Amino acid sequence: MSTAAVHDHGVVHHEEGHEHHHDTFLTKYVFSQDHKMIAKQFLITGITMAVIAMLLSVLFRIQLAYPESKFPLLETLLGRFAPEGRLDPEFYLSLVTIHGTIMVFFVLTAGLSGTFSNLLIPLQVGSRDMASPFVNMLSYWFFFTACVIMISSFFVQKGPAGAGWTVYPPLSALPTAMNGSGLGMTLWLISMICFVGSSLMGGINYVSTVLNMRTKGMDLWKMPLTIWAFFLTAVLGVLSFPVLVAGVVLLIFDRSFGTSFYLSDIVVKGQVMPYEGGSPILFQHLFWFLGHPEVYIVIMPAMGISSEVMSVNSRKPIFGYHAMVYSLIGITVLSFIVWGHHMFITGMNPFLGGVFMITTLIIAVPSAVKTFNWLATLWRGNIRFTPAMLFAIGMVSFFISGGLTGIFLGNAALDINLHDTYFVVAHFHLVMGSAAIFGMLAGVYHWFPKMFRRMMDERLGYLHFWLTFIGAYLVFFPMHFMGLDGVPRRYYAFTEFASMQRWLSVNMFITWAAIMSACAQVAFLYNFIHSIFWGKAYGAKPVGRQYTGVDGTYRAYARQLARRDTNRLPLAVRLQQAGGRRRLYTANNSFFTNNEFKPSA
Amino acid sequence: MAFKRLIDFKKIPAFFAAFMLLGTNLLMAQTATAAEPAKPGVDWLNVGYYVLLFLLLCVSVAIIGKILKVYDLTQQIQGKKGINWNNAMGVVCILFLIVGGVGAWWEFAVQGAMSLPEAASKHGVKIDDMFWTTTVITFIVFVITQVLLFTFLFRYRHSEKRRAYFLPHNNTIEKVWTIIPAIVLTVLVIFGFFTWQEVENTTNTKGDINIDITGHQFAWYLRYPGPDGILGKKNFRLIGGGNDLGIDYKDPNSFDDLKADTLVLPVNKSIRINIFAQDVIHSVYMPHFRVQQNAVPGLPTFFKFTPTITTAEMQRKVEDPKFEYLLYCNKICGATHYSMQKVVRVVTQGEYNQWIAKQKPYLTYQLRQELKLAAAEDQKKSISQNRLALNN
Repeated sequence: MSTAAVHDHGVVHHEEGHEHHHDTFLTKYVFSQDHKMIAKQFLITGITMAVIAMLLSVLFRIQLAYPESKFPLLETLLGRFAPEGRLDPEFYLSLVTIHGTIMVFFVLTAGLSGTFSNLLIPLQVGSRDMASPFVNMLSYWFFFTACVIMISSFFVQKGPAGAGWTVYPPLSALPTAMNGSGLGMTLWLISMICFVGSSLMGGINYVSTVLNMRTKGMDLWKMPLTIWAFFLTAVLGVLSFPVLVAGVVLLIFDRSFGTSFYLSDIVVKGQVMPYEGGSPILFQHLFWFLGHPEVYIVIMPAMGISSEVMSVNSRKPIFGYHAMVYSLIGITVLSFIVWGHHMFITGMNPFLGGVFMITTLIIAVPSAVKTFNWLATLWRGNIRFTPAMLFAIGMVSFFISGGLTGIFLGNAALDINLHDTYFVVAHFHLVMGSAAIFGMLAGVYHWFPKMFRRMMDERLGYLHFWLTFIGAYLVFFPMHFMGLDGVPRRYYAFTEFASMQRWLSVNMFITWAAIMSACAQVAFLYNFIHSIFWGKAYGAKPVGRQYTGVDGTYRAYARQLARRDTNRLPLAVRLQQAGGRRRLYTANNSFFTNNEFKPSA
Repeated sequence: MAFKRLIDFKKIPAFFAAFMLLGTNLLMAQTATAAEPAKPGVDWLNVGYYVLLFLLLCVSVAIIGKILKVYDLTQQIQGKKGINWNNAMGVVCILFLIVGGVGAWWEFAVQGAMSLPEAASKHGVKIDDMFWTTTVITFIVFVITQVLLFTFLFRYRHSEKRRAYFLPHNNTIEKVWTIIPAIVLTVLVIFGFFTWQEVENTTNTKGDINIDITGHQFAWYLRYPGPDGILGKKNFRLIGGGNDLGIDYKDPNSFDDLKADTLVLPVNKSIRINIFAQDVIHSVYMPHFRVQQNAVPGLPTFFKFTPTITTAEMQRKVEDPKFEYLLYCNKICGATHYSMQKVVRVVTQGEYNQWIAKQKPYLTYQLRQELKLAAAEDQKKSISQNRLALNN
């Protein structure tokens, strides 16, 4: 970043961390301690992992659509994992496992929180950098190590872990039970420990930055919703990830040192094992104690980003800011006491099932409040459809569609018939998969100029949005009906049952929709990479659109102040808010002394 | 300029058409010769065709983009406004709502009819009531919210003539839309809670038929109690040497336990299945009966249900003479997880009695000799007598 460029862009960009020493390539781009660079590192690693996981999903979708066909190309690409051009059944399970693991942890936890918490927390609370830049750097490199270990498991003799992303023992604990429980599983567990280390270091940083390093005048109730979302996400992560580590370490003990935490009464292939006294249910409790907060770790940043993006682009403050924050807090608290809804029929005490059903359905209330508030934010707005806005809207649409099916699955009685069917697959891919990815893409499109000082191409963004949005609905909507018919998930082929064979044409349709959506991502990747280097420069106001990419709530409010248009508010509120905001704007922070705000100062 | 002339707009579609024709011809030739023994190795021609097709697609997208850009620029030069993308997106949103709504309705009509088979058990009917109540409620919410979302997008798309309406909050309406979902969910919770408690009541009462189902990689073992109606003890350490289930023959209750290949159930009788697993977690799933319970090694689980429709009746109902109820594994358990199944047959009481009389006990004569069980002959006699008594 040359000085000339900084001059060109006036005061918008602020490089305080770099003024006093010269950066070498290594300290600037590799072992960087600058939160913005770390955010970019997280983003690019996250996108790379997302592409890998997406390609894996295309592979197993092809298997599901054409279970009887042979594709010699697969043998060339995958070798022994696809003998004679057909996927090996155990490798199919590995693909499903790694797809889930990468998407949930590496893309939607690290890629999403890592990118936007790092980028936005210091910028939007007005601190110079994270509380501990060094730990922040470590957080990225632990994440990177975890990625490398996870991918390396594709190159071991028996292939990667294959017990599903939930790695329930005994399947994951007994190397003799399946190929995917061999060295691949060990690598999975080690990768997960590195990942949790990364996540904890990041989380502690986010929490301490938000609590200690806010600028003058910014109390908690003036923080943007993005920051609230990242903050609560970090709290969730810090409290729940250690439990996963405990679970994983005990699993390593069971696998490698002969303990029986999760194992009891086991006979594999006619061989009686010495394990006694353990309980597989224990692992499920430990796993889901993380696993359920994890889905909120995934969706809450997307909610925060969407709130911000929708507020900016409908030129209105977010409707019911306090309600939005309280609902986020409600979700955070409740998400710790609902994990049992993943275990209604796993042998957990049925009484507990009833209790978990009550807490689970309560969580629908804050979710409903958020949805209605988003709708009210759009109401009578003046909506600009930037690609970011479209993705934020897509996020809301998916959240509604997927959230409503959660009411079925959270109901223990209905879960008996729906558990582990395609209904579940459809539900979570819509509500946390697609919705969270769309929130992430909204953030990428929205803050891309902030990150790379160049604009992304809007029309390619439109193309990307509509193909992905329609594609995702085409993929996941029919799955509900398959699930209702009792088609189970994680089946290698639907050829063995007459009742499932009639869904084969639907499976083919889903596969082609998935391939279409995958192709649409090329538009994004091209746009992303091309714009980093050759995109339209951001600085002079882009044609037809005033883009600041920051903080729509305040900006819209500042406009109202500028126009003396606040007389619709009660006097007390007006005085209180004007005072608060004005303090905020005049705080000695370049970030808020944007050109936009000058009229109101 | 020479390069630009090469990408002449007339030539591109022509080239595209030629390519499609050629490619299709080649592909057709492939399928025609498919009867020959498959050649080893990759058909690179085929792969290349798809790669080229994809590249062409990208090029055509790029060309359309360029045309639009040129059009936009010329309009701007002429002092007119270019394409109003904002309006276009608003229109696409409302189109998506209409087309998507029709599509969703079509799915409900066509695929909805294919799914959720008729419940063939007593509690299944209750679960289905619950299901339909939830479906109606969520469907209403789904339609209202999605319609509002996309109509707002269309209705309030950007216009120079309008200003956004400043509305930071409205406590009344926020209270309303917090309380209404809370009430609706309370109703669903209460309804669901009692259904759940009822379904999950697996107390062993008199008259229940207890059946053991044991999952292992990758099949199910079945064990029916003999005339005494009690299943003998098991111990996993005894597995091996022909004793697949690890039945403890020191327990006299196990002497008459029966081996079966098909899960045959008498209609309208309360069935209590005891579920075990030997190696990894499996799941007993019978979607027609709305029954699912995991089989966990080291932790016996139970499910109690009453089938109400016999297989023969169901075959008439679905107009498929080959229809069978199935039990399959629904928890990832390894390589052939996808084919781990058992046929379930619901029959009348008379047929059931006939069938169970034909089943052989686990404790064979040979095994009895090996184990040197005392009074073996007596036991055998009493078993056959009891069975005769049962049949009468």
